[in-house]
Amino acid sequence: MPVENAIITHGHADHARAGHQNVLATQNTIDIMKIRYGHRCANSFQSLEYHKPLKINDLTITFYPAGHILGSAQILIENTHNRLLITGDYKTSSDSSCQSFELVECDQLITEATFGLPVFQHPKPENEIKKIINAFERSEKKTYIIGAYALGKSQRVIKLLRDIGYNDTIFLHGSQVKICDYYASQGIDLGKLEPVAHKKNKDFEGKIVIAPPSALKDKWSRRFSEPVICYASGWMSIKQRAKQSLVEIPLIISDHCDWNELTATIKKCKTKTVWVTHGREDALVYWCRKQDINAKPLYMQGREEEQ
Amino acid sequence: MKKFSLLLEKLLFTPSRNRKKSALKEYIANTPDPDRGYALAAITGDFKMKNITASFYHELIKEHVDYELFKMSYDYVGDLAETISLIWPNTSKNNLHELSLRKFIELISKKSKPKQKEIIFDLMNKSDANERWSMIKLTTGGFRIGVSAKLVKLALAEYGNKSIEDIERIWHGLSYPYVDLFAWLENKSPKPRIKFSDMFHPMMLANPINEEKDFSNLKPSEFFAELKWDGIRVQLVLDNENKKIYSRTGDDISKSFPDILFNVNGNAVLDGELLVGNNFKALPFNSLQKRLNRKNPQKKIISEIPAFIKLYDIIFEDGKDLRDLPLSKRRQLLSDWLKLNPSTRLDISEIIEFKDWNELRQIKIETTEKFNQEGLMIKSKNSLYLSGRPRGPWFKWKKNPLFLDTILMYAQRGHGKRSSYYSDFTFGVWNNDNIVPIGKAYFGFTDEELKKLDDWVRKNTIKRFGPVREVHKELVLEIAFDSINESKRHKSGIALRFPRIHRIRWDKPVKETDYLKDIKKLFNFQF
Repeated sequence: MPVENAIITHGHADHARAGHQNVLATQNTIDIMKIRYGHRCANSFQSLEYHKPLKINDLTITFYPAGHILGSAQILIENTHNRLLITGDYKTSSDSSCQSFELVECDQLITEATFGLPVFQHPKPENEIKKIINAFERSEKKTYIIGAYALGKSQRVIKLLRDIGYNDTIFLHGSQVKICDYYASQGIDLGKLEPVAHKKNKDFEGKIVIAPPSALKDKWSRRFSEPVICYASGWMSIKQRAKQSLVEIPLIISDHCDWNELTATIKKCKTKTVWVTHGREDALVYWCRKQDINAKPLYMQGREEEQ
Repeated sequence: MKKFSLLLEKLLFTPSRNRKKSALKEYIANTPDPDRGYALAAITGDFKMKNITASFYHELIKEHVDYELFKMSYDYVGDLAETISLIWPNTSKNNLHELSLRKFIELISKKSKPKQKEIIFDLMNKSDANERWSMIKLTTGGFRIGVSAKLVKLALAEYGNKSIEDIERIWHGLSYPYVDLFAWLENKSPKPRIKFSDMFHPMMLANPINEEKDFSNLKPSEFFAELKWDGIRVQLVLDNENKKIYSRTGDDISKSFPDILFNVNGNAVLDGELLVGNNFKALPFNSLQKRLNRKNPQKKIISEIPAFIKLYDIIFEDGKDLRDLPLSKRRQLLSDWLKLNPSTRLDISEIIEFKDWNELRQIKIETTEKFNQEGLMIKSKNSLYLSGRPRGPWFKWKKNPLFLDTILMYAQRGHGKRSSYYSDFTFGVWNNDNIVPIGKAYFGFTDEELKKLDDWVRKNTIKRFGPVREVHKELVLEIAFDSINESKRHKSGIALRFPRIHRIRWDKPVKETDYLKDIKKLFNFQF
């Protein structure tokens, strides 16, 4: 719900909303909010660079890169005797499409737990993306449609493809274009991209198309004669779940920490108290208590599954 | 193990049957004996390690992983093998590439349980999640990857350039790892020799009759008719010592019907319909369903729902092939055989003689309407027993379908080519002021109609549950079906056989559709 003063960790729709009075965020996040919600989506914007402390009354606020998407931030709120860190959505594994995560020591931690179960151990994304290339070699005429959320995931998938040497044009669903353009303007080289619109079926043979997951189920995907449905998400590690969503090539590529990253971060940041939110709180709370770290679930409003 | 795990993953995620088949063929071509044989046997369910069960893995996981966290995870994932494979700590020592299935099986066969646990623990530490999943599935069985034994046989047939009938004929005489089979498929040795009772003889099937065309061309005097029984078509193979029952697709279903096998003797191959009921009085198909797919049926269910076979044909007697004799002769031999080998579980499907097609039509109306039969079979008296579905000698004349007006309730997206279409429809009827579901249909419409239905579903969705959408109760579907039975499994208490969408009644108001109580009355249910 709209508030007077909002500090926004990153631009995903379940974190950044239109209608607040004043928004404090990184410049990237502000840019992304304006692209998605319009220039007047808040009354005023204040941008804050990473590592630059901002004093508000007797509190100091500092942003640190969260490694989730471009511009994503962890928020450190401190006074003379307490350091509270809000991770926002984050990941510690490498991602060349955004700023890298930085570890921040704190007294109290509010952590996300999207993949807060030990069954989530994300494999290396470089190996996951090779699944597409391997499939290519078998059937060249098919169109590989990768379902990926328009902000962050999509650009990461493209970057991963480029990083392993895929140089062909990648086609985009209309909703992906603006954010990809923005990433490119920020110096993230995504190579040659083209929108799908106004092209013929034949143009997509043997090509990769990136589309938001919702489009995979939609009439939109019928324009391709031999589509192979791929889906890039951390959820894809659960086979029966991937199968149920009719995915043919599941790509376990996540913008969130897996279980091992979550637990390692909690240990390394030396926090005494943990609040767990955004996901499967129970297991992480249980784990913290076993390590003699105070932990409680923190239930927030308006939370949905990973986008 | 690596290759096997990649095959399983591919089979699981590939929706198209053809592509699954290609993946199997590719695996067969690129994998040496005996690994490919073990892999296929595992997929068809023939291979399983008897002493390794779910509890083995529960114990193993308890010893090595925090059990509370495991329980929370299992609760979320829902499948034991998947949960274990995913929760097992990943290490970088991934070197199962070289481990062959043969080696794996040798390693853990005939070992004590603690030793087996030790070995599996070690291997799990050396594998990735997908390999762990494959390993667990390989030992416990139950892959759930959407591959039937039939599909495996088809892949084998195509791989070796043989007919599917050739494969089915010998399939049950083979045992994994099928080295002799592969040698034959690769033309390196003759066809494997197998025991007579293990041989399945591909069945002769009938075509639907075309009333307008066929009747004017066929001479009634050259045909006789039989009732079309609503059970499952089986082949009973007896060679004095061994007895087997095979389904139409060549699956060995002997274990489900010990009551039949205990009560039959002789040396013959018989073709018939497996039914349930007392004194050869067949009960509806849904009673038979309670006996299907039970490996070791309990005495109680056997005595409550005894099984029997209505015999249509005899194709071997004392090792002699009778398939080249005319049907009239075979039927004579069949009655002679049954007189010599009487059984409380074998009855002959009675021959119905008729003068002309009109008389037969009369008979069909009487039998289908009064006795709820599925229809009639019409067979040429001179027909030889040919495998497959030759056009001409045998016909089926199904009863006219029944119809109901129902209301579309839910729609689900299909698979493969239909994955962007809502193409599986759940329909219901009025029960007082509510609508209760009575069945599901996913064919009967044209591509054009499917587009319209899909569009309608998208515009009239009220709720979503995963791939399922609930829709406004505003569209009437006229459903055609073959028969209606009482069902305890369905909330409505009725079950339709072969429901399909006959017409989409865009024009009809839902208020004017059928009521459950009227349907039950119409079909004389005792509720």
